[in-house]
Amino acid sequence: MMAPFYKLGAFGDETALLIAFLVGIGFGFFLERAGFGSARKLVAQFYLRDLAVFKVMFSAIVTAMLGLTYLAWAGYLDLSLVYLVPTFWVAQLVGGLLLGIGFVVGGYCPGTSIAATATGRFDGLVYVAGFAVGTLGFAIASPLFDGLLGAGELGPTTLPQALGVPYGVIVFAVVVLAVAGFAGATWIERKMAARDAAAVTR
Amino acid sequence: MERIVVTRDVMEDPAGPPPPGPRPYTNPYLAGVGLGLVLLAAFVLVGRGLGASGAFNSLVAWLTSLVAPDYAKDNPFLGNYLNGDDHPLKAWLVFELVGVAIGALVSGLLARRVVRTIERGPRISIAGRLALAFLGGALMAFGAAIARGCTSGQALTGGAMLNLGSWVFMLALFAGAYATAWFLRKEWR
Repeated sequence: MMAPFYKLGAFGDETALLIAFLVGIGFGFFLERAGFGSARKLVAQFYLRDLAVFKVMFSAIVTAMLGLTYLAWAGYLDLSLVYLVPTFWVAQLVGGLLLGIGFVVGGYCPGTSIAATATGRFDGLVYVAGFAVGTLGFAIASPLFDGLLGAGELGPTTLPQALGVPYGVIVFAVVVLAVAGFAGATWIERKMAARDAAAVTR
Repeated sequence: MERIVVTRDVMEDPAGPPPPGPRPYTNPYLAGVGLGLVLLAAFVLVGRGLGASGAFNSLVAWLTSLVAPDYAKDNPFLGNYLNGDDHPLKAWLVFELVGVAIGALVSGLLARRVVRTIERGPRISIAGRLALAFLGGALMAFGAAIARGCTSGQALTGGAMLNLGSWVFMLALFAGAYATAWFLRKEWR
């Protein structure tokens, strides 16, 4: 067992921060490559014109998930040492809905707003300001959210644990769903493009 | 039947500079695999995934502590980011998000996509778009605080880890966004 290196003491905090910076560069690079520094490109996902958000997100999820699975099976990585955010399913349901609404209103999510700002989008910078002010607003109001924040607490839980299904079965199911989703997404894009073209000629 | 063969303009020097203007975006699957490998590197090297909203929280906690140190430390939300003797900005996600800005800038410069612009649909004013960008940011700050993460920390990272809460979050996010899109079509279409 060699990984995760930092958790197993291969290097210290300062090196971890340097890695954070380097990993961030890679993250920002691929976000921009994908076109996610552009609010119009991101939001087109929700108007079914360009489903790149889904395609990029699920290619990334499948890649990292398969990598984790194989490294763990090979005995190279201790999956239990990779940090798993505890599940509070009610809080995450409500928070997710709010983020979905805010995504269409604001045009970005926190990470992509930084990519947008770095590539000259002024609306990205305004989004960043809104997020900072919103964070302060939430902090001030946070005593009111005590109940919601703790709602649906299940502790750190994975889908295989919750469903009582072997890990590999869920991994396989996610891959199948992603591939079917990719085909469906491309079909929708073509259908909408044809519809838009017909609307112009009419 | 005669085939029409479209050839490149013979006057164009094939070795010459590419036409000006932004280059097309990378194939989404290729960009996604790249993103996934970066995420996997974070898992393997440090045992954690990517994030974004956490860095904002650190920044806001630090700024608040400059103005009202006692209030910030006692605040149940901001206090989480002011533990320990280290500077509040000496945090993993802060360093990561600085990298995100640089990585995006490098990619944008390479592809001629760095432009001073405001992203908006053809039917909305600049003031209207900026007001909505601010409002959307503020709404998402509440959402990310309640969900304990955003699209990076929950959907992407938790998605790859098969985290139950993250998958609930992801489905809710798409549902919320699709439910909102119709009402805001004037902003984008």
